[in-house]
Amino acid sequence: MLAKRIIPCLDVTDGRVVKGVRFVNLRDAGDPVELGARYSQAGADELVFLDITATIRSRKTMVELVEKVAEKVFIPFTVGGGISTVEQMDELLRSGAEKVSINTAAVNNPTLITQAAQRFGNQCIVLAIDARRCPEKPRRWNVCVKAGTQPTDLDVLAWAIKAEKLGAGEILLTSMDADGTKAGYDNQLNKAVSDAVNIPVIASGGAGKPQHLYDAIISGGADAVLIASITHFQNYTIEQLKQYLKSRGLPVNL
Amino acid sequence: MLSNQPRDIENAAGLILPGVAAFGFAITALGSLAELIKQLALNGKPLLGICVGYQMLFEKSTEYGRHTGLALIKGNVIPIPEGRTIPHMGWNLVKLPKDMDLFTGCGSERYFYFAHSFYAEITDTNAKIAYTDYGFALPAAVRKENIYGTQFHPEKSGRTGLKVLKNFAELCKRQNP
Repeated sequence: MLAKRIIPCLDVTDGRVVKGVRFVNLRDAGDPVELGARYSQAGADELVFLDITATIRSRKTMVELVEKVAEKVFIPFTVGGGISTVEQMDELLRSGAEKVSINTAAVNNPTLITQAAQRFGNQCIVLAIDARRCPEKPRRWNVCVKAGTQPTDLDVLAWAIKAEKLGAGEILLTSMDADGTKAGYDNQLNKAVSDAVNIPVIASGGAGKPQHLYDAIISGGADAVLIASITHFQNYTIEQLKQYLKSRGLPVNL
Repeated sequence: MLSNQPRDIENAAGLILPGVAAFGFAITALGSLAELIKQLALNGKPLLGICVGYQMLFEKSTEYGRHTGLALIKGNVIPIPEGRTIPHMGWNLVKLPKDMDLFTGCGSERYFYFAHSFYAEITDTNAKIAYTDYGFALPAAVRKENIYGTQFHPEKSGRTGLKVLKNFAELCKRQNP
């Protein structure tokens, strides 16, 4: 049986891992290669590295980072942040990343998803969605782009369904409302999206205690959970989180 | 070493055909090397295909079009049946048959990392197969004489995965003392 995955997310800027609350108030959390290697040894199922600066200069740094990580990390990892062409994806995948995640570029040019899927296979293409609750309408979320700074009118559910058709292999679904709050994932959002698509959904934003991970999987229907604050600052270990999920009857790779 | 040079490929003790790509792209990229790899494998050189590299060991694939593989093992690459989450993505438990030397020292079952939407339906009666459960018995690894393949990624499957690669290196050494 397929194990439920716990995926630490490392937001990288200027060569350091940082973590904020609702995408702002960033706090230093260490060296990305070191932290990645530590997570790999500690039993993380996968890793995500997000270049949150996403400038031309930082992109070059990301390729070097991916090469270094690939030498030390023997679990799959995804790279994202500012990726807008198939050539950039090729460079990152050749450098050792297992998957690439795209967000703003896919919203601007949805055919990018199809081009990438046809070349690398659907399983390589992660569509990242930053979702914000629409204040006027219940159970409606809008897609935000440019690292959450720019709201769009795009409905998250419609976008997820379209992206699956275009060839996305996985959805990394971040609730901007919950991000960094440690108050739990937005499981209405997770449930709505995971019911609407057939590809795996990674719940992201809001994990503060083990129960939140369980809830994202059971109430939110998530295939995997993204974490950051909960383990970056040594509040919990990956093993503690997996032991908890196992004790609640979920399959984990422990 | 990583190479696309015929001479390196002929001189190697064993070959690994890796894969992060769609089937059509991968087999086209291989070009004339495909025939060389096939002949060397048929002449006894150990070959390990990984993910798409594993899928290329079979006869045909229907991923984004119709493509012909190396046809070293009988079987076809077809979509994972609907009614479950696709791609099959993440760590799944593989039952390891005792008589598959790729898994020597790994125990009777282990988690490995998978990421694929197509799978090989193996019809070759001379092939040994290790399975994982994804609502049906999904072939996770295969061996036919000197030809090996894993649908999962040993290079991304932590310590156990590295053990599998080590086992392959060992058996290449035994083949070329």
